[in-house]
Amino acid sequence: MKYDHILIRYAELSLKGKNRKQFEQKLERNIREVLKGFEAIKVKRSFGRMFVKLNGEEETAVCQKLQTVFGIHSLSPSIKIALSEKEISEGALWAAEDALPSGRGTFKVSVRRTNKDFPIGSQEMNKVIGGHILRNMNEISVDVHNPDVELKVEIRSEAAYISSKVLKGAGGLPVGTSGKVLLMLSGGIDSPVAGYLALKRGVTLEAIHFHSPPFTNERAKQKVEDLVKVLTQFGGTIKLHIVPFTDVQTLIHKQVPDNYEMTVTRRFMLRIAEKIAKVHHAKAIVNGESLGQVASQTLDSMYTINSVTNLPVLRPLITMDKLEVIEQARKIGTYDISILPYEDCCTIFLPAESKTKPDKDKAERYESFLNLEEIIDDAVNRTTSHEFTPSADEESEINELF
Amino acid sequence: MIYFDNSATTLPYKEVVDTFAKVSIDYFGNPSSLHPIGKASEQLMEQARKRVAALLNVNASEIVFTSGGTEGNNLAIKGAAYQHRSRGNHIITTGIEHSSSYEVCKHLEKEGFLVTYLIPDKNGCVSASDVRKALTDKTILVSVIHVNNELGSIQPVEEIGSLLAEYPKVLFHVDHVQGVTKVPINFQRANIDLCTISAHKFHGLPGNGVVIVRDNVKLVSLFSGGNQQAGYRAGTENVAGIVAMTKALRITLDEAEKGTDHLQQMSHWLEEELMKIDGVIINSPAERAPHILNFSIPGLKPEVVVQALAERDVYVSTKSACSSKKNAPSRILVAAGFEEKQANSAIRLSFSFSNTKEEASVFLEKLKEVVATMKKVVKIK
Repeated sequence: MKYDHILIRYAELSLKGKNRKQFEQKLERNIREVLKGFEAIKVKRSFGRMFVKLNGEEETAVCQKLQTVFGIHSLSPSIKIALSEKEISEGALWAAEDALPSGRGTFKVSVRRTNKDFPIGSQEMNKVIGGHILRNMNEISVDVHNPDVELKVEIRSEAAYISSKVLKGAGGLPVGTSGKVLLMLSGGIDSPVAGYLALKRGVTLEAIHFHSPPFTNERAKQKVEDLVKVLTQFGGTIKLHIVPFTDVQTLIHKQVPDNYEMTVTRRFMLRIAEKIAKVHHAKAIVNGESLGQVASQTLDSMYTINSVTNLPVLRPLITMDKLEVIEQARKIGTYDISILPYEDCCTIFLPAESKTKPDKDKAERYESFLNLEEIIDDAVNRTTSHEFTPSADEESEINELF
Repeated sequence: MIYFDNSATTLPYKEVVDTFAKVSIDYFGNPSSLHPIGKASEQLMEQARKRVAALLNVNASEIVFTSGGTEGNNLAIKGAAYQHRSRGNHIITTGIEHSSSYEVCKHLEKEGFLVTYLIPDKNGCVSASDVRKALTDKTILVSVIHVNNELGSIQPVEEIGSLLAEYPKVLFHVDHVQGVTKVPINFQRANIDLCTISAHKFHGLPGNGVVIVRDNVKLVSLFSGGNQQAGYRAGTENVAGIVAMTKALRITLDEAEKGTDHLQQMSHWLEEELMKIDGVIINSPAERAPHILNFSIPGLKPEVVVQALAERDVYVSTKSACSSKKNAPSRILVAAGFEEKQANSAIRLSFSFSNTKEEASVFLEKLKEVVATMKKVVKIK
């Protein structure tokens, strides 16, 4: 015997009432997308569950991919068994032996019978299967409270599915079910994590980056592109908008007193982000701010900066400590990219002192000497956009060299 | 021309040389430079790193680019020995290593390390149980050549590796220079910590190689200087050579399945034909790498045979090119227990996938001619 299916359980989708079907369809599409490399597999939806038929593909590799898909609560490698008492018992024995290769330990059987035509009830089947396993494995015993292995047996209309392990899914909602947001991606540690957490709530993600050549290096841009590529592992295709920001920063630097420069710069970024969000139909902006982390992230700063837009600004990291963010960044694979030491646009003009309690009226007064509309429109017009996909092919010229 | 000296070096593929030329000109920047030209080189090199890693089925972070097999073996063995000196001073290797490993061990002995040189059997092979017997609680490194460069004998690296899995403090280095693309290794299953390969053995250019340093392994580096290659190898990277090597590896691996079958058949046919020649003894074991065949004609000086064949546009070698200028019996054959007369007169044929059976027949003809001519002059006992 061999695991031939992966059984997928949904997270919150079952709470979605009438919209549920739409959520399931999206999840199915996302699963197909992430499993593109496995040619033989088949994905099938059956009420309240999804099944990936392996057709010989490697089980652990498929599971690893599935564990990155939002909307999946858990998954279990399973065997599909014909609806017969004897075969189900045999299958369960195999799964128990697979989960306890030493032949020692405790187990419990949990039968779930959605197919009421199957003649034996759940409780009865528990006993039948448990008895069969106890008779055939010597050093094994039942523990219903804290077993080493829980054998899950689902008796459905078309077949029974048996699994002995449960792998945790990524949780959340399927990407693409919650509308579009625009992520402000700096290249630091925080913003990619913010993007990941936003994706977890099912949004479609686009990202915006402010690039200030020659003050920021080509490598800083590359870093952001690499971060976007990592995020595509969780969010499918992601569009990245690169805003040429040098002129804006130079103008601000000339016009605005040092201690308000950072605040005004952020206000400009937000205004530009809002414009780009409108053009691309994003309904919110996401950033990596965490309360009190740096000068621009005090409540006073947030208030002053945020007041230039009516668009919701989502801050998934708002309550997190730096160490928690780092841990999450490590888990999703962005940390090593984020810590590469290149200047970004937030550090180059960093004044000796920034106001931790900037005043909104003062910021507005300093800005009144600048031609806001013109500056913003110019930056938006020169913005370039590039789409990244999980399996992005490398440039063909480089390919030829290999 | 019939070229049967591919274990010394191979003819680079034309595509590989083209890539080398193009990268040398279009991506000449120093990969450590901050400007876009440097960045382009760096990106290309990192691409190469990823691809080499994928071809060898290891992580990109485990690839250290070197100048070739000698540097690789030096870095792996010295680097591991110096790094773990405080843990112990015992190293296990074999008597049939390439000189770039053998001499390193000899050097380490002078510095106070103890080295056990395992003695191979008649087939030129050591065994996992030999390694087990030699292990002490001071052992820090086991270094084994995968495919011997003179005999073509294949060491049981997977068995040795699974044995060493029980000794987590002992690092395992494999000199895979002759094996890569000819005799595959599963690095994970063989539990290998360090592995050396060299580009010019698979139609890349000399001056490039790789040491695979598994992620959990630390080495002392040989060169002081910049922080290139995760600190393992200071010095500006040879980007053109690296990319060219990557291409060579890809092309050779594409050909490997068909190529090794073909070589195996050719090598066994040649072996039978050679045995029909009076006075010829086969030195290579029956179970051997597909591209190496070693034989002796006791009584005939092998240098003379090599020269006489070269006059007929057939190119073979005596022993390893790295030691063939020394006028001494093959250290490898002596270590493998061959009699001096046999070890003194060894000739090595080494093939590439593009060598043909027709070439092998011509070689046989020429060899017979040479032997016949020489017998008139030299009396063979």
